[in-house]
Amino acid sequence: MDPDDKPNPRFQVRKLTLARAGRPVLHDVNMEVAAGEIVCLLGPSGSGKSSLLRCLNRLTEPPPDTVFLDGRDITTIEVIALRRRLGMVFQKAALFPGTVAGNIAYGPGLDGRVLSPAEITGLLALADLPADYSPRPVAELSGGQAQRVAIARALANEPSSLLLDEPTSALDPGSRRHVRETVEKLRRELGLTVIWVTHYIEELLDMADRIYLLQDGRIVDEGPPGHLLGPNSRHKTAEFTAGQLE
Amino acid sequence: MLDNLPLDQLSRILAALALVILAALISRWQRLDLEKDILTAAVRAFVQLIAIGYALTLIFEIDSALAILSLLSVMTLIAGYTSGKRGLGVPHSGRVALLSIGFGAALTLGLLVGLGVFEFTAQQIIPIAGMVIGNSMNVCSLVMGRVRDEVNGRAGEIEAALALGATGRKAAHPYLRKALHAGMTPIVDSTKTVGLIQLPGAMTGMILAGASPLEAVQLQIIVMYMLIGAAAFTGLATVWLTHRQFFTPNQQLVIPLA
Repeated sequence: MDPDDKPNPRFQVRKLTLARAGRPVLHDVNMEVAAGEIVCLLGPSGSGKSSLLRCLNRLTEPPPDTVFLDGRDITTIEVIALRRRLGMVFQKAALFPGTVAGNIAYGPGLDGRVLSPAEITGLLALADLPADYSPRPVAELSGGQAQRVAIARALANEPSSLLLDEPTSALDPGSRRHVRETVEKLRRELGLTVIWVTHYIEELLDMADRIYLLQDGRIVDEGPPGHLLGPNSRHKTAEFTAGQLE
Repeated sequence: MLDNLPLDQLSRILAALALVILAALISRWQRLDLEKDILTAAVRAFVQLIAIGYALTLIFEIDSALAILSLLSVMTLIAGYTSGKRGLGVPHSGRVALLSIGFGAALTLGLLVGLGVFEFTAQQIIPIAGMVIGNSMNVCSLVMGRVRDEVNGRAGEIEAALALGATGRKAAHPYLRKALHAGMTPIVDSTKTVGLIQLPGAMTGMILAGASPLEAVQLQIIVMYMLIGAAAFTGLATVWLTHRQFFTPNQQLVIPLA
């Protein structure tokens, strides 16, 4: 392979500017995420982290030529096909009424594909849940369990990447750790690319290959956590996590 | 105008007015502050019904298809406007209401005439249309409001379904079914219990006018079937048109800002 033929990054964002109801939400955002990387998006409330994430699977429509998946402008990819390549987990698990198995089977069911009990068990195992969760009503699940079912549900479409919008913010510290460990395991075993919106420093330190700090819709800092959060760091990310940037 | 009213009808109206006056007095005595509304409603009802009575008398005399269709169009426009105003939070609610009610009423009345249930005369079609359009208006308001509330309340689940690759229609489907169910339940329940608790309006009117009970109930059965059909047609149209207002062509959920 020609050394100049570098593979496209999994995600590339170029000069993304977005407004909603006349109010600016994102300004000139540039970001790259390599395949298999875990990138964390950090920032105060209203900084544009979720808006940026939602542009990646067109839950919010980005302008043309601003967001690229494997080198291709996502506005030229049929939106249903795009979303099936990208799994998304929200702050609230938003499980559908019914059973755990019914939720996990939902995505493939849209294509007419019926998951076997063994496939559902396999997906539960990926999300660190035992097989006997399959018939359980989702109303009986704790917050942490629900989020892991949401992860299994997202994985059922066999996505190449996971987009996680503050998936642990409503959870206790123990459950947060479980979810973190599950996602880290998925990256190792499946080679998933992960973009994770968070405001928990332990998630940055434990998981992130790189961090992007947003403020007022702009990227104001980026880099590996060791570099941005090292001792005596004067980077904005360090200031933010120390509670100085608000 | 009053000279044309038979005196015995006027004396009966004035006698019935005593009930309204009694209701107003009760309101005054109990300090309910409703007496002004009660008396205003009574005056409005008198004026509006006398006016529509004269209008219908004229239209029955003309009995042309154009006059009938013109009146039905006006009734549909008023129903669409009224229902649209109740659809706060639904984008383009007026248009949705007008199209849904128009579709439901047109299909119902068209089938009734086409199947020979009623003749296309002013005397038959206009009273029937009044019931159909009024019922469709209520169904449309109920369904539109319910779709709006379900979409707003379940936005998280709907977006989770969109993120998994569902279309907007598929993502909202369970909630659209609930909205349609809510819209049809009143008329279905009313049909189940018709005659058991109270005698409905159509047959009551016929009996008071001298028709035999058996003649009256046959008409009432037709009316109930007609209203179920109208509710279904209008409800379906409302669900389909309303949910489209909440999704973009790129299957994105759009909740209007309050």
